Amino acid sequence: METIIQYRQVLIDGTIVTVSLAVLSLCLSIVFGLLGAFAQLSEAVALRRLGGFYTMFVRGVPELVLMMLIFFGGQLLINDIGHITGLWGYVDVNQFFAGVLTLGFIFGAYMAETFRGAILAIPVGQIEAAKSVGMSARQVFTLVTWPQMVRYALPSFTNNWLVLVKATALVSVIGLHDLVWNAFSAGRSNHKLFTFMIAVLAIYLVITALSDLALRWVERKYNAGTRKA
Amino acid sequence: MEAEQSFWAYLSAFSETQSPLDFVLIYDNLDKFFEGALVTLQLTFLALLIGGLMAIPMALARANKISVLNPIIWVYTYAFRGTPLLVQTYLFYFGLGQFEAVRESFLWSPILSDPWWCVLIAFTLNTAAYTTEFLRGAIETTPRGEIEASVAAGMSPWLRTRLIVLPNAFRRALPAYSNEVIFTLHGSVIASTVTLQDLLGVGRWLNGRYYLAYEGFVTAMLFYMAIVFLITIAFKAAEKRFLRHLRPRVG
Repeated sequence: METIIQYRQVLIDGTIVTVSLAVLSLCLSIVFGLLGAFAQLSEAVALRRLGGFYTMFVRGVPELVLMMLIFFGGQLLINDIGHITGLWGYVDVNQFFAGVLTLGFIFGAYMAETFRGAILAIPVGQIEAAKSVGMSARQVFTLVTWPQMVRYALPSFTNNWLVLVKATALVSVIGLHDLVWNAFSAGRSNHKLFTFMIAVLAIYLVITALSDLALRWVERKYNAGTRKA
Repeated sequence: MEAEQSFWAYLSAFSETQSPLDFVLIYDNLDKFFEGALVTLQLTFLALLIGGLMAIPMALARANKISVLNPIIWVYTYAFRGTPLLVQTYLFYFGLGQFEAVRESFLWSPILSDPWWCVLIAFTLNTAAYTTEFLRGAIETTPRGEIEASVAAGMSPWLRTRLIVLPNAFRRALPAYSNEVIFTLHGSVIASTVTLQDLLGVGRWLNGRYYLAYEGFVTAMLFYMAIVFLITIAFKAAEKRFLRHLRPRVG
């Protein structure tokens, strides 16, 4: 316990990296998710296929494999392209960037499923009514689709976020100095890995519990005006 | 014969220098990848089997709200579902050695110092926690009428659980279980972080040995995709067999 207190700064720094990684990945995954959902619901067959392939691909590949491919392979690819075209010099793909990109891409596919289900849950009549009173496509989205979509999507969105937070632990394997990496190196040098790993588990549980509370608050806000049966 | 050899030499040279992926190298090491796939499948399915068997009594205890067991099992599933599998695996593989009592116990040299066993224990406890919770959900959604009918027919609680509650709960949980199987497979890559040569482990080994960036990971990725594809087909077939009564009747 004393060792943990002694090393608290290392753990706090790691926690900050982990949380910012998770939040940035979440933002990227919402963008990918909306694109994926609209692709799957679009009238163009090619876009629907592309959206379907995206989900299938992500389901088929473990996170860490994709992360390593992007971290080790992406670096080479970007520099090869830069070398051939002469557009940019040496670019360093760091672990944080690779982590955000991978997690955003992977959880974008899960978000796409969430959003697609939520959009389909909105009665078509409402969209038709909105169009018939002369709303533009933008207005239909911001005033009718989005507020209800958030409500329908929230439970599954919460779940995706919790899985995402846990998935951030994997970036320690490609060497990002996140919570797991920091605790691991501190624990190894003290021969107290058990103590440090327990501390990491506790911090993850706190993050999970806090986000549970926060999302419940959002749920209440967006469910104002509805009744539970 | 002569021409064939020169063609092979040409193909290897092409693969090594011009092709973006050195496919001849992958082909030469394919047996290693199959060995890796075997490790991956072994860990995944042993964890699912043992974890699934552990989950049944725990889910029953949770669903029937058995006084002391229910909160204990809840704490266990909450802790294992709220934390990353990677850290759980590290806890068992690197953490347990911190205690001298563990290092000197009879379990140390055959089991707890072996990465394979540590990974299996961590994976099993993890999947058991998830399976317990959704199996509990499936048990709790048993239609009231089924219970009433079995009580009316004079079944004992145990007979009722065995013949009515559990079989129908398994059916309801089947679609969700395919996700759990796929997530366990995805999670099994963590074995490669504690020195095991699973599919990703072989991919990392190949890349490290020949100083490559893509080949090992891409091959591992294709193997994982193939396994997920097979799992999906198997579950489709199982759903067709066991959920037949839920399909719309045609004709």
